[in-house]
Amino acid sequence: MHYIFDFSWVWDYGPVILKGLFVTVELTLVGAVAGVLLGILCAWIRTLGPEMLRPPVAAYVELIRNTPFMIQLFFIFFGLPSVGVQLSELQAANLAMIINLGAYSCEIIRAGIEATPKGQFEAGAALALRPLQTFRLVILVPALQRIWPALSSQIVIVMLGSAVVSQIAAEDVTFAANFIQSRTFRAFEAYMLSTAIYLLFAIALRQLLNQMGRWIFPKVAAR
Amino acid sequence: MQRRTFISRALAAAAVFAATLAGPLPALADALDSIKSSGKLRVAVPQDFPPFGSVGADMAAKGYDIDMATLIAEKLGVKVELVPVTSANRIPYLQTNKVDLVISSLGKNPEREKVVDFSAAYAPFYNGVFAPAGLDIKSTDDLAGRTVGVTRGAIEDLELTKVAPPSATIKRYEDNNGTISAFLSGQVEAVATGNVVAAAILERNPPKRPEPKFLIKNSPCYIGLGKNEPALLEMVNGIIAAAKTDGSLNKIAEKWLGTSLPADL
Repeated sequence: MHYIFDFSWVWDYGPVILKGLFVTVELTLVGAVAGVLLGILCAWIRTLGPEMLRPPVAAYVELIRNTPFMIQLFFIFFGLPSVGVQLSELQAANLAMIINLGAYSCEIIRAGIEATPKGQFEAGAALALRPLQTFRLVILVPALQRIWPALSSQIVIVMLGSAVVSQIAAEDVTFAANFIQSRTFRAFEAYMLSTAIYLLFAIALRQLLNQMGRWIFPKVAAR
Repeated sequence: MQRRTFISRALAAAAVFAATLAGPLPALADALDSIKSSGKLRVAVPQDFPPFGSVGADMAAKGYDIDMATLIAEKLGVKVELVPVTSANRIPYLQTNKVDLVISSLGKNPEREKVVDFSAAYAPFYNGVFAPAGLDIKSTDDLAGRTVGVTRGAIEDLELTKVAPPSATIKRYEDNNGTISAFLSGQVEAVATGNVVAAAILERNPPKRPEPKFLIKNSPCYIGLGKNEPALLEMVNGIIAAAKTDGSLNKIAEKWLGTSLPADL
C-alpha cells in the first residue's frame, strides 16, 4: 500500500470548508438552544402540565423518536412545499434539528423531573409558590443537573447527525467534504479533513457543555 | 498414387471446411451484403439505460434505441436481432463482429473514432438548463438572481459553476433524485441536468414541466459501425436522413424523451 497525500487543494477550498464549519456550528447552536427549550416545555407538559396537552405531546415525541432524522428532514424540505410551506434548506435543517432534539431531550428531561423527590414539590407548595413557580425555581434546575451528562451526549449526537443536511444542499462540513471530493477526487484527504473537523468540534462542544454545567449548577462545582 | 490423390483431396476439403467454420472475415466481406444475405440485422442495444433501452415488465426490450434498431432493420428489409450490451462492452461487440451496429446511446470522441465509424446523429443527448415555460431564461446571464439545482459533481455542475453569474445561487444535491425533488417541490426555480433526466421528470407528468432553456454541453448519440464499411454507412445515414424528414424519428423522440428533436440534430 502506497498512497501519496495531496493537500495542496486545501487553500483553494478554504472558503468552502470555513463556510461549512460556520453552517454546522450555527445549526448546532440554534438546534441545541431551541431544541432543549422545546424539550423542557414538552417535559413539563408530560409531567406537570395540562392533561389535555399530554396526548399530542406524547404523539409528537413518539413520532420523532421512531422515525429516521433524514426522513424528517426530507419531509420538511421536499414534502411541506406541497402544502405551501416553502423553507430554505437552512431553515428546514434548523427546524428539523430543533424538532428532533426537542423530542429526545423531552424524554431525558422528563426522567430528571420524575426522579425529583416528592418532598421538593411539597417544599415549593409550603413556600406558597404557584405550581409553575415551583417548577421553574425548585424542580427544573436539580432535574437538569441530574440528566446534564445524558443531555450533553444527545446534543453531540444531534450535532453529528447534522451531517445529513448536506442531502438537501445545505452547505455544512459534510457538504464541503463531498464538494471537494467531487472536484478534486481526493476522497481520502477530503474525508480525513472533515473527520478531524467533526472530531475537534465534538470534543470542544462537550467541553463547553461540561463548563456550562459547572456554571448553571454551582453546587456540583463546589462539591 | 491413388492414395496420394485421396490425401490431397482430403486436405483440400479440410481446408475449405475450416474456412467455412471461421466464418466471413469482417474485413473481406461487405457488411451490408452479409446482413442482407443472412436476413437479419444484429444490433447492440442498452438494457439498463432508460429511456434509450430497458427491459419492460413483459421482459421485452424497449426504448429509443430499440425503436431505432427496429426502424433501420425495417428499411433494410431484414429482421432485427437485439443484442443486450453494457456501455463497457458495446464497442468490443462490434470489433469482434458479434453485432453489425451499435445503437446504444453512443457518443463520439477521438478514441472511439479510431476503432469504429459513426453514422449521422440519431438522438439528442445534451446537458442544459431546464425550467417551467413561464420562466424567461435564454442564457447563463439570465440566471442572475435565480436558484438552480444541480447534481453535485456532474458535468453540468462543473460547467455552470464556471460560467454562472455571481448572483445566481447553485444548489447542489447528492443525486439526480434530489435534484428532481428540489425542482418539483419548488426549492429551485430551474435545474441544470441531462435531457434524459428531464425526460424522466416529464414521464411522471408533473405540475411543473421542465422545458429546455439553453444548452450547456451537446453530445448527441451516433450509431457505431465497423471501420471501412462505406456501403453500410451510406445506407444507415440515408435511413436516418429519411427518418428525420418524414417525421418518424421525431415520433420516436417524442415517445421516449417527451420533447421534439432539436432543430440542429
